[in-house]
Amino acid sequence: MGDSNSQRSTVLASIRMSLGAPSSPAGIEAEYAAIERSYKCKGTLSEDALLDLFEDRLLEYDAGVYRCSASRIADAVEGILRKRRKSGLAIPAGLSREWLPEGFGFTDATGLDAYELDKTEGLLSSCTVAIAETGSLVLQNADGQGARILSLVPDYHLCVVTASQVVETVPEAFERLAKTSDLPTTFISGPSATADIEMTRIKGVHGPRFLDVLLVIA
Amino acid sequence: MREVQVSEVPVQHTRWNTHDFPDAAKVLLEDSQTRKNVQHATNVIQGKRNKVTAELPDWEDLREAGAQVKAHTLRHLDYYLTKFEENCTRAGGHVHWASDADEANRIILGLVRSHGAKEVIKIKTMTSEEIGLNATLEANGVWPVETDLAELIIQLGKDRPSHFVVPALHKNKEQIREIFQREMNLPDLGDQPIDLATAARTYLREKYMRIKVAISGGNFLIADTGGMCIVESEGNGRMCLTLPDVLISVVGIEKVIPSFRDLDILLQTLPRSATGERMNPYNSTWTGVHPGDGPKEFHVVLLDNGRSPILADKEARQTLQCIRCAACLNACPVYHQTGGHAYESVYAGPIGAILTPQLHSMGEGRSLPYASSLCGACYEVCPVKINIPEVLIHLRGKIVREDQATLAGKFSLWNIGMQAAAFLFKDAGRLSMAEHLGQIGQKALVSKNGFIEWMPGMLSGWTQTRDLKAMPEQSFRDWWAKERAPQDKEDAHG
Amino acid sequence: MRVSLFITCYNDALFPETGKSVVHVLERLGHTIEFPPEQTCCGQMHWNTGYLREAVPIIRHFVKVYQDAEAVVIPSSSCVSMMRDHYVKAAEMDGDAKLVADVEALLPRIFEFSEFLVRKLGVEDVGASYPHKVTYHASCHSMRSLHLGDIPIRLLKNVRGLDLQPIQNIQECCGFGGTFSIKNADVSSAMLADKVRSVLNTGAEICTAVDNSCLMHLYGSLHRQRTFVKTAHLAEILASGHVGAHL
Repeated sequence: MGDSNSQRSTVLASIRMSLGAPSSPAGIEAEYAAIERSYKCKGTLSEDALLDLFEDRLLEYDAGVYRCSASRIADAVEGILRKRRKSGLAIPAGLSREWLPEGFGFTDATGLDAYELDKTEGLLSSCTVAIAETGSLVLQNADGQGARILSLVPDYHLCVVTASQVVETVPEAFERLAKTSDLPTTFISGPSATADIEMTRIKGVHGPRFLDVLLVIA
Repeated sequence: MREVQVSEVPVQHTRWNTHDFPDAAKVLLEDSQTRKNVQHATNVIQGKRNKVTAELPDWEDLREAGAQVKAHTLRHLDYYLTKFEENCTRAGGHVHWASDADEANRIILGLVRSHGAKEVIKIKTMTSEEIGLNATLEANGVWPVETDLAELIIQLGKDRPSHFVVPALHKNKEQIREIFQREMNLPDLGDQPIDLATAARTYLREKYMRIKVAISGGNFLIADTGGMCIVESEGNGRMCLTLPDVLISVVGIEKVIPSFRDLDILLQTLPRSATGERMNPYNSTWTGVHPGDGPKEFHVVLLDNGRSPILADKEARQTLQCIRCAACLNACPVYHQTGGHAYESVYAGPIGAILTPQLHSMGEGRSLPYASSLCGACYEVCPVKINIPEVLIHLRGKIVREDQATLAGKFSLWNIGMQAAAFLFKDAGRLSMAEHLGQIGQKALVSKNGFIEWMPGMLSGWTQTRDLKAMPEQSFRDWWAKERAPQDKEDAHG
Repeated sequence: MRVSLFITCYNDALFPETGKSVVHVLERLGHTIEFPPEQTCCGQMHWNTGYLREAVPIIRHFVKVYQDAEAVVIPSSSCVSMMRDHYVKAAEMDGDAKLVADVEALLPRIFEFSEFLVRKLGVEDVGASYPHKVTYHASCHSMRSLHLGDIPIRLLKNVRGLDLQPIQNIQECCGFGGTFSIKNADVSSAMLADKVRSVLNTGAEICTAVDNSCLMHLYGSLHRQRTFVKTAHLAEILASGHVGAHL
């Protein structure tokens, strides 16, 4: 422990020697606040155009995209599950039971380890925010989304996104995330990929190979 | 078992050899397979990068903001690092400080041993290459399993990375297949990229589930939350960040950013610059330890290893703004020809040419700042606006001054030549006389077709592949003096 | 206008025809050319190679020679970029406040030749004719430092009889880089080989540019390989086809 303190002192002393006279925290915060941010923060698209853009980006990633109204979520989920030939999915704690159609097995995924999750047919979850410009889903450790392992190990992910959760730009997404920025967070933009072999994009190295998004329009 | 000290492990950390760049380059220029692979890969990424940056009307604003955030952070680096430490610790993480590579290795080895681990899983991190972590672990009976496909290729092929985003870019699929067939014992392995990726997926999946200690680097340390951000494509990062019990992250001190919010710039500029995507497949952020989600124990090793002295050099400090996107490598016409191994360092290309020598306080890699024609393509694409050509010239200035302080340097041909040229350039009369001498003196070298095809000594570098047209018999100034100046005089008097 | 010509050290000794062409074109447009005989060099070779202190007196000399010029025209984008990108820094490094002030006063009056024609004089057609197949090589400094954009192309498009062929990979450096061509001769030659291939693929008889440094490099290989493709500075093309012009 004494050793590690001395390393800490050594590094900080070296930094301070290089930088010279330090500024006050108030001065530093003021300098930070003065940083010029003229990049585009707010989106400009209408809601229809926004959702169309989001859908286009998802389709580019070969994700499946479906739309339904708020009262027909369970029906839509049923249709997707039949298409994917699934008999059930794992679900996080806090997911709305109204979303679950009859006749399918939904397992509570809380506390399942990697081996158990590996045996499930996939995950059904919601998200915190979605970014249209980049086709991204942002999940956090919260109700309806669960721990990070849930959207990682199963080979299939069905994510329910309500229209009000979709923003246009990355800065807008960060505004939505500001209050929960300390939670474990995952930005998902398409299935996993690598281009390490001759720059050929190969999908599904680790992480779900199949992704479906159900867009709920009010 | 006696602990093997890192200094006994025969590997140079940041630099793995000591050839001058021209010599290393010469060997690689002969390797047409590597050159072909490098050019294909960099052209593909550059094409994608140009497309996705052109579609953003605020791309230049993003670059400017990113540069300002980074420059501001470096000006107050101690403040932000201690803020990060405070917040990370409050969230249940452990923060360690390492002044150099040996110290970092010692800390990491100690942590791995305290958990009795014989294997660890690793996410791609150039920082661990920089400190020679794998060799240290192996020498001490711990096997590091690389989970990034490219790093796996490098590890199984007993090779070194040549690019920090696509480390195995110098290999084609046939070469990779050969490595996997041999090392994974898959004699019937197909040669399509999908076959190779599937082989890697199967090989690694078992390891993720079983191995309890993971080692990573870090793209960003977030001061206001005490959190960290990892940017990746394959999902092996997510595996290593969530499945094991223990996570150890070794991160350069320059990676800290003031606020979670600043990712709204950097998560736009980094993916577009690094892989030419609007967003890379997976980004993970977290703070410390979160019950029921991810490792129960989280350690960050803050690595200095030559970075803090760079802060003192106001001109060169911008070197530390780098977010490791490798866009400069993809844009560099020199890198296109030689690939990364010519730089003999973990950090290759334009950023490597300025970072590597500085990490060694200019004691190593002194030929690297000259490995550039100063074309400026790197500066044009850098998402945080590092003026690499400016830093290259600045470092050349340091090298020249240091050399001039030695006898060998003072009396070197280069220095004598440059001093003589400077003497001539200060006075037009002297310069004119030198031109006349040249016009006469070149006659011995000019062939009858009016060209010089051979020049002696270091100038032979030119004539090996290029002719040089002989100096015209009359310079412009002589022509003007003869044909025009008398006229001017007349006009003046007339 | 009274235009002060800065010929540049290498044009003076190696490419006097470029200078004569600049004089011819500007006089034809009605301007008066001055040629201060005390001029020497812009200091770029020393500065870029790391001989920073040695470059300062050369810079000081340049500033002194051109202090009172109405406009300084230079047929070399690399020299202009040296002035715009580094002169202030060099003066600051030397701690010479007066030199800094003199440089800042002079910089707005310094022009590369093609940008002088188009941006300052507003001229895109100088009445030239040059019936040859030509390709344009964009030097790095002209693109990334001076941001000339398509100025040279616009000038070339107005030359009568000129068949302009676009070059592929225009953004890639030719490999000259001053002393780089000597210090890293092998890499320089490899870069040159790619650029020569791009030139030859256009089928042009002549390769032009606003910098003789690049052209000297290109021609060195074009000639060595006996391709019989020639190079000519943009000024020489713009001076062609008039009475009294020469190539």
